[in-house]
Amino acid sequence: MTTRSHSHERDQDFSDVDRAALLQALAAVLPAAALLADHEDLKPYECDGLSAYRRVPLAVALPEDEAQVVGVLKACHRLGVPVVARGAGTGLSGGALPNEHGVVLSLAKMKRILKLDPYSRTAVVQPGVRNLAISEAAAPHGLYYAPDPSSQLACTIGGNIAENSGGVHCLKYGLTVHNVLRVRGVTMAGEIVEFGSAALDSPGYDLLALLIGSEGLLAVVTEVTVKLVPKPEVARVIMASFDAVTKAGAAVADIIAAGIIPAGLEMMDKAATRAVEPFVKAGYDLNAEAILLAESDGTPEEVEEEIAAMRAVLEKSGASEIRVSTDDAERLRFWAGRKAAFPAVGSISPDYYCMDGTIPRKRLAEMLMAIAEMEKKYGLRCVNVFHAGDGNLHPLILYDANVPGQLERTEAFGAEILALTVQLGGTITGEHGVGFEKIGSMCVQFASDELAAFHRVKAAFDPQGLLNPDKAIPTLHRCAEFGRMHVHQGQLSHPELERF
Amino acid sequence: MIAGFKQRILEGKPLCIRGAGSKDFYGNPPQGEILDTRTHSGIVAYEPTELYVTAKCGTPIAEIEAALAAQGQFLAFEPPRFSPDSTVGGAVAAGLSGPRRVSAGALRDFVLGVKLLDGAARELTFGGQVMKNVAGYDVSRVIAGSLGTLGLITEVSLKVLPQPVADATLRFEMAQAVALDKLNRWAGRPLPIVASAWQNDVLTIRLAGARAAVEAAKLKVGVGETADGTCWDVLRNQTADFFKTETLWRLSVPSTAPELKLPGEQLIEWGGALRWLKSDAPAEMIRAAAAAVGGSATLYRASAELKAQVDAFAPLPAPLMALHQNLKAAFDPQGIFNPGRLYKEF
Repeated sequence: MTTRSHSHERDQDFSDVDRAALLQALAAVLPAAALLADHEDLKPYECDGLSAYRRVPLAVALPEDEAQVVGVLKACHRLGVPVVARGAGTGLSGGALPNEHGVVLSLAKMKRILKLDPYSRTAVVQPGVRNLAISEAAAPHGLYYAPDPSSQLACTIGGNIAENSGGVHCLKYGLTVHNVLRVRGVTMAGEIVEFGSAALDSPGYDLLALLIGSEGLLAVVTEVTVKLVPKPEVARVIMASFDAVTKAGAAVADIIAAGIIPAGLEMMDKAATRAVEPFVKAGYDLNAEAILLAESDGTPEEVEEEIAAMRAVLEKSGASEIRVSTDDAERLRFWAGRKAAFPAVGSISPDYYCMDGTIPRKRLAEMLMAIAEMEKKYGLRCVNVFHAGDGNLHPLILYDANVPGQLERTEAFGAEILALTVQLGGTITGEHGVGFEKIGSMCVQFASDELAAFHRVKAAFDPQGLLNPDKAIPTLHRCAEFGRMHVHQGQLSHPELERF
Repeated sequence: MIAGFKQRILEGKPLCIRGAGSKDFYGNPPQGEILDTRTHSGIVAYEPTELYVTAKCGTPIAEIEAALAAQGQFLAFEPPRFSPDSTVGGAVAAGLSGPRRVSAGALRDFVLGVKLLDGAARELTFGGQVMKNVAGYDVSRVIAGSLGTLGLITEVSLKVLPQPVADATLRFEMAQAVALDKLNRWAGRPLPIVASAWQNDVLTIRLAGARAAVEAAKLKVGVGETADGTCWDVLRNQTADFFKTETLWRLSVPSTAPELKLPGEQLIEWGGALRWLKSDAPAEMIRAAAAAVGGSATLYRASAELKAQVDAFAPLPAPLMALHQNLKAAFDPQGIFNPGRLYKEF
């Protein structure tokens, strides 16, 4: 195989990969049970949580330890074969979509918690450990791992590192990047590197911060040290109804302006509450145009003080109804609808497409009104749930993949929402990642100088471009085809033209 | 201003990027012609309800903090202000955080976005002003603490937070080993301890948060002497006598690392995770002691003579150093910015 050098001008072509040579090389470094190559075994790996895109890889490697990870990477590096790392496959941006000429490197078998130390409030875990499993193991010590993406029951810490996952409590407790001390990983060339350490600061560049959220393009994670934090003694949640989404949006800003950082601050529009209520029976006010869920946690005294303060703010902001959870069962019921929003929407529509932009909080209402217009334009319904506290939107576009043309209209609808997030001063992805899905929209957010810089960063770690190719960062060629729609200083060039 | 900066970069000679120069002592000795960033100054945007401030690189930290204080907000990572005109660009480049770092997070945790000029004088924008943003690599956080070696920071956006309503400072007489144990045990409980300092058998802790939480915590940590909170600014800005020394080491270690038996005087912050050491012991001995407990030692302040002999930062393993050199080349292939300031290899 000839050595390729990574170019950011064009997507790479791996069609000359020799399948037989690859399987032979992998068999030499993996136990028989850790290598899948039959079509029927490969099929379950053809997509991640974004099932609209599917590709069957040449092989799936399921290493049981770091040495096998190194072996797989070295073999693929030598043969010029692309590698896509995969955790639980719950990602929503197609980040773990296989390359049809490459290997899927599943870390699912590396799922041991190696050490949990309540005294130092840290856990050392393998990449395939589930997010929730860490908190469950820490619970007897009164500790937990703070980031709680909605998929925490299934998603793995390795995947969380790749995506810099957040969750409903990250306004107060931070994202993955704020809760991880150290990552041990393997580069495409098979070199083992430690990023960060058990101490708070490490010498040199903060490559740990670069690795977190790099969507599996820089290194494969083999071990993680996470921070554990004390579980708050109590938590209570306020559910506030509003007769206009503008009022709900303003109330979010009013809470922050009052000097309060709630543990969680979520918003659902009427379409969302109506979709989930039959599903979870949370007791949502179905006449409200929008509801806010605002959680306070801490000591009983602290929570009482904060709940009173938030209630006062919400009343002043024009809430039409306010309810405060009286016990934990009620609190969890209020949250159940929010957490079950995706599956609930799945029950009212054959398919849905989840978006993930972030915008400045003050522009929430503007965004919602624009989405309402887009619903008419594309003839599709959209249900809106938000991490309102940090401006992270999850519009869910409802469609039916079996109706010809609906998927294409949905994609265009989504891309228009993303272009608007950039125009409003935000970003095309808050926590789900760019992956395969939003690679075109990256051309809207970044100019070619930044994209070229990203490709140079990639080449610093993986000069041949073998780790998760054609994801996350578009080639300049692809952007040229996409139509060079970089939004400059909040303005699309030629805003009068229809774009999608 | 930017045009002037670009012109200097395009001349292609090594540059020493400098704000107020209050951190000239930090890192390896500065080299190159001075490029003064203070001409590019001013707050560009501050939106209290969006929890961010954007400022040009030469803006004094003091100016930013005054604007935030007027709205009841602050920079929770407490960057040290070594002089009244210490700049925000310098603070981000150095990446240093103050006493509250242990609870609030480090400077890098609060960086939302940067604008910089790279080695080819291209203006690059990374991140933004929103709290959650995973589009593209998180270059802004890597710029934090890179000592200006990857580019000239021209503008930064930082997350800001509301100031806590209540604040209390307590003091306890306690030997080092006892204090370290107490701090680690307290940190495992939901207590609003936001900063700590141990020196000369006295442990000082700062509680902050909701009024009720602070009052309740006072009872839970036990009877201490109430003290006034001015000591925290003294600690943050390193104006205490302890810091006025010729040779000062900064040891970043796990908070649970036992008492380090090294010659010299120690001051301990961050719940045990930051240990300042005034010592003339050989660098190898200090670095080995830090490494043995899973941490690292930085030669923080030293005479020009000693800095010429000893690298400021602990050496990196070869694969990690290779990644550093590759990344440096990705942003500044000619080696124009702050050569040798972080590591002599680049």
